[in-house]
Amino acid sequence: MLDFHGYGPELLRGALVTTELAFASLALALGIGLLGASAKLSGSRSAKGIATFYTTVIRGIPDLVMMMLFYYGGQVLMNRLSDYLYYNYEIDFFVQFDPFISGVLTIGLIFGAYMTETFRGAFLAVDSGQIEAGRAYGMSRVQIFFRIMFPQMLRHALPGLGNNWQVLLKTTALVSIIGLSDMVRIAEQASKAEHEPFKFFIPVAAMYLTLTAISELAIKWLNKRANVGVAGGA
Amino acid sequence: MADDSAPLVCRDIHKSFGDTEVLKGLDLETRKGDVVSMIGSSGSGKSTFLRCINLLETPTAGDVILHGEPLRFKHNRKGLRVPADQRQVERVRAKLSMVFQSFNLWSHMTVLENIIEAPVHVLKVPKKEAIERAEAYLHKVGIYERKDYYPAQMSGGQQQRAAIARALAMEPEVMLFDEPTSALDPELVGEVLRVMQDLAEEGRTMIVVTHEMAFARDVSNQVMFLHEGQIEEQGTPDQVFNNPSSERMKQFLTPNFQQRSTA
Repeated sequence: MLDFHGYGPELLRGALVTTELAFASLALALGIGLLGASAKLSGSRSAKGIATFYTTVIRGIPDLVMMMLFYYGGQVLMNRLSDYLYYNYEIDFFVQFDPFISGVLTIGLIFGAYMTETFRGAFLAVDSGQIEAGRAYGMSRVQIFFRIMFPQMLRHALPGLGNNWQVLLKTTALVSIIGLSDMVRIAEQASKAEHEPFKFFIPVAAMYLTLTAISELAIKWLNKRANVGVAGGA
Repeated sequence: MADDSAPLVCRDIHKSFGDTEVLKGLDLETRKGDVVSMIGSSGSGKSTFLRCINLLETPTAGDVILHGEPLRFKHNRKGLRVPADQRQVERVRAKLSMVFQSFNLWSHMTVLENIIEAPVHVLKVPKKEAIERAEAYLHKVGIYERKDYYPAQMSGGQQQRAAIARALAMEPEVMLFDEPTSALDPELVGEVLRVMQDLAEEGRTMIVVTHEMAFARDVSNQVMFLHEGQIEEQGTPDQVFNNPSSERMKQFLTPNFQQRSTA
């Protein structure tokens, strides 16, 4: 019944690529988001300026344009940097901007901007009395951050993070445009060859739906865990 | 020179926020086992004074001396007075545990976790010992059976008693209470005051900012009445309540005790 003209295994491999891409981008976006939020909340005017510039620019450019810019432009810049390092310092450094790396960088940077805003709001939502209690009991700044601020911030951030993740997951489909063999690209090739778009795109849609549904459950579970002991929590 | 038997001495404490001076030179000297009540109307500066003692606010001028050790200050680039040694501040704070008006129990931790948090991470008490100590204090404040509850699952009175257990677990030199019953429903005030009274009878050194005149009169041995950032009246409860010399203290007392008797 399920006959994909031999494309089945490749579609599955594509699904794996999609998942890998999504998780790698998420990791990068979370890292950038935490950094960006810290910069925006720091006392330093230049750090604030850079972070604001970053979020404003990124959020104002279409994802697709960013991706093209990174994939084609990134390689040009990399080549120049590599030449420069080699001729001047004899350092042999080169990164191939393959579609996967470009995809992770682009999606990570785009969602890093959204995560920055999510984390910033979540940090601000932590009740100042909680931090004051930490200070009053002799905790150091580092202890206050890791023992009090961070776990309480997460509780406020999780709903936003969950949202961002769902959108990020679907944004991975764009990477097929720059030639990554994710499930979208494979489905496109297969449907062109076999003239059967439904046969290939419906499984892809179903796969995305499955991934987002699983995510939804995972986020619900995380939310419940994070809100243990709080009104409305477990 | 403050002798070492004085757990806490404050000298000529001033505090300004911008151009507004809210504390205009306050002095405080405690002996071990003293229970000092600070009373006064809202805005008199009593909470700010308490917060200057553990440097939640940095006094603009004046000294805070713990067992003969003065806290060190410096001036930053903007010319503001700031603590000179953050380590010293943290060490001193660990000896001055504070009980807050709105409890400020850490909401992501259970009661037991709240109580062992600072002993384990600040005082470096072994976890097992910290738990034993915490359980003893939970028995003492009468909420042992709630040890695995989260703060939000308890009444205000229970939360404040848990917060007192958290303060006790530091085995502090001096306990600072910042209006500990002001956020409580009237019927829950009694249980918290009873715990505080037990502590006073044990001989713990306590500084209590309060609106509970009966507590100030019956439990403390030193009462300070603050008005507009200055000490307007100071002495034993008997002096301050029964024989006040300042006109303001008399005015302050009349409605307070009238309310109490008609309530």
